[in-house]
Amino acid sequence: MEATTFTLHVNGRPHQVQADPATPLLYVLRNQLGLNGPKFGCGMQQCGACMVLVDGFAHPSCQLQVHRVGAAPITTLEGLTRPDGSLHPVQQALVELQAAQCGYCLNGVAMCAAGLLRQYARPDEQTIRNALFRVLCRCGTHERYIRAVQRAAELGASG
Amino acid sequence: MPSRRAFLKDTGRLTIAFCLLGALPAAEALAADDPRPGSLQDNPRLNAWLEVLADGRVRVLTGKIEIGQGIGTAVAQMAAEELNLPLNRVEVVLAETGRTPDERYTAGSASIEQSALSVRWAAAAARQQLLQLAAKRLRVPAATLQLADGAVRTADGRQHLTFAELLAGRQLTGEVPADTVLKPKNQHQVVGQPLRREEIERMVRAAPVYVQDMRLPGTVHARVLHPPGPGARLRGVDEAGLRQAVPGLLRVVVDGSFVGLLAADEWTAIKAHDWLKPRLQWTAGPALPAGQALPEVIRALPAKVDEVARRGDVASAPATGEKSFRATYFKPYLMHASIGPSCAVALFDKGTLHLWTHSQGVYPLRAAVAKLLGLPEDQVHAKGVPGAGCYGHNGADDVAAEAALLARAYPGHPVRLQWTREDEHLHEPYGSAMLFDLQARLDARGRLTHWHMELWSDTHSARPAGQPDKLLPAQLLAKPFEYKRAELSGGTSRNSEPLYQIPNMLINAHSFAGPLRVSALRSLGAFGNVFALESGMDELAQLAGQDPWAFRLAHLTDERARAVIEEARRLTQNVQAGPNEGLGMAFAQYKNQAAYLAVVARVWVSPEDHTPWVRQLWAAIDAGEVINPDGLRNQTEGGLIQAASWTVLEQVQFDQQQVRSHDWESYPIYRFDEVPRVEVSIVSRPDQPPLGAGEAAQGPTAAAIANAVHRACGVRVRELPIRPWKLAPSSAES
Repeated sequence: MEATTFTLHVNGRPHQVQADPATPLLYVLRNQLGLNGPKFGCGMQQCGACMVLVDGFAHPSCQLQVHRVGAAPITTLEGLTRPDGSLHPVQQALVELQAAQCGYCLNGVAMCAAGLLRQYARPDEQTIRNALFRVLCRCGTHERYIRAVQRAAELGASG
Repeated sequence: MPSRRAFLKDTGRLTIAFCLLGALPAAEALAADDPRPGSLQDNPRLNAWLEVLADGRVRVLTGKIEIGQGIGTAVAQMAAEELNLPLNRVEVVLAETGRTPDERYTAGSASIEQSALSVRWAAAAARQQLLQLAAKRLRVPAATLQLADGAVRTADGRQHLTFAELLAGRQLTGEVPADTVLKPKNQHQVVGQPLRREEIERMVRAAPVYVQDMRLPGTVHARVLHPPGPGARLRGVDEAGLRQAVPGLLRVVVDGSFVGLLAADEWTAIKAHDWLKPRLQWTAGPALPAGQALPEVIRALPAKVDEVARRGDVASAPATGEKSFRATYFKPYLMHASIGPSCAVALFDKGTLHLWTHSQGVYPLRAAVAKLLGLPEDQVHAKGVPGAGCYGHNGADDVAAEAALLARAYPGHPVRLQWTREDEHLHEPYGSAMLFDLQARLDARGRLTHWHMELWSDTHSARPAGQPDKLLPAQLLAKPFEYKRAELSGGTSRNSEPLYQIPNMLINAHSFAGPLRVSALRSLGAFGNVFALESGMDELAQLAGQDPWAFRLAHLTDERARAVIEEARRLTQNVQAGPNEGLGMAFAQYKNQAAYLAVVARVWVSPEDHTPWVRQLWAAIDAGEVINPDGLRNQTEGGLIQAASWTVLEQVQFDQQQVRSHDWESYPIYRFDEVPRVEVSIVSRPDQPPLGAGEAAQGPTAAAIANAVHRACGVRVRELPIRPWKLAPSSAES
């Protein structure tokens, strides 16, 4: 397909990009906008490494064609960090609990958690597990991730 | 500190194997009574490990790569401790050829025992040199001086010289002597503390941490196409059709059965890959042994037999009142299954090849790639950059070699090669399937008198080790490199010998060349060996009419082994199994010389669909002196969960043509709804040397789960994975 110009709203700012309309959003975010948060893991919506927030909802970006995004606001892991450089409660909690080993799946966990906490301020453990279901972690950091989301809920409530 | 002699004794088989391949410096030439860590003996120069920067900070160099185990923080802690520096004034450089020491592979849970301890020695030697320099300059005895915060001060504080002033642009030189005085452990303030890994903050801020995140100017994107099955060869490529269907390709590289595509943008490379994949024609390779029971396939393969252990006489005449036991156990092929498929960046520039790689061994990779490309070694430069966790030898080396081949075809441009999910699932080298025949005998009092294990395995060590033949593309090229099978493999027998006191013992290892590509997966043979051994111990305890804890303790004299078992029992003393639930335990000392670990598993088996749900895992671990307790905890928690996933879910499936486990649906691993809660208790031994711990949980976890499943539903599963259909009531023992 011919490259087309799109205006994407990413992390609070409009970005004009030229892309084949069928390009998955993941490659536009990584290669044209230079973002590192969303990661390539499978390209089949099976692992969650490429998770972003679309309109506040966690959604994989590896099969989401750029022409289907429209004016929906996209938030990546970069966009969770506040403009003053301070961390979102989810990011704070991940650091505080040292919830990562290799960290490759951390993006998926953080974005699903951020999406969850928008809807449920104090989720219970089962709700957290369900919210993270789409994210695969191979290092076995699940326990820490679950605790980190609980901690993020506390931080969010107090902050 | 483990002496070089102990190291050689315990891993002698492996060491000899690597020496034959020429990858190790002559280990036997090293003094057996040298107290320095092996890595330091191999690289004794102080400035190989440590540099003092002009601003008073210290740079530490390690030949290991960060693979999620937190090695960067641990080595920084070592240097900060010996030099009385805050941690943020220690910078760490990870594996890079020509820059850091050659420590071969980041493997075998050896990063702390080798690299971190070498840095401790180097930093202590640096402290002594700096004190001597200051003593000379200030004309006072070195013993009266104090070294802290990047400076040396007189006791009265009146005179002080910073490191930069002392060195005046020079570096510390000379070797780290064997009589270097280390800081007494009772004065430690940094080592032993659960300090944070600084890279986690970089991860949450989405900094470019991984090789996948590298964006060198002018980068082009590559994809490769691999044969569908082992031995399949390319019949042809419709390059004209491809170029018409997907315009904009920069190069189509075809060399024998190796096919690579280069494009300026990644999406074009992907589209070309996806167009070409179903249109490539391959000759079929030899049929895989599908449709037959894999244990029986393995048993029938030609095998070379090595005696692992022999004492007493396992064939002695039966005594009155004794009981005999016989069982066969099996573990299937398993995947590393990294979450990020392998990736590498290669640049061929002015005759030199630069490689950015998440390989576990940049020096052996450099040597192997140099031979693959016919370049002198000094014209290949490899720098370690983290990738997704690898858990052993995955596709990292292969993707780097393929990127190198493509970079040579397109010089002057950085080539970023990203494997697909299917590339990783189908073409990474798996952990070998293993088979175990156990025969054991108990005397009339229920003591184990005889232990006879025959085990079957393919190799657990097919890393490139400086040679090109084991790199995936090497056999695909028009002029292929002949694959040379490793003759010896210490990994097969790892943990096959019980730590229990048994007077008559025979262990034989049968090495076969199996149908699938294999190499090192976390813990190598220990996962299968401990699963068989510790399942067997539970079955024998039952036969002896004894409690599994008491039965193990009755055969153990090693106090540290007993202590972790007692600690695991203490952790779970108030845990009661509910209906359809069982508690199971298992124990091993990793490699019979590294960390001691005991696991308890609580498993619920659904009475409706027989799914085994691992609810909770507890581990007690003794890893000697702990450099970073939170790092040890994190690694152990991860090992428990990963091993539980291997145990209840995982098995590489194949048909006659190819592996069928090509994605996360055909090779499921644990998701968040299934993972057990985990709890780790550290049995601290600050006075003991640190022991490798990163792989200690793998084997005991499998056996603890199998033992718990047996208590939950009465079915003894001896063939992994523990799938629901193996737990239906018809499988139950009468």
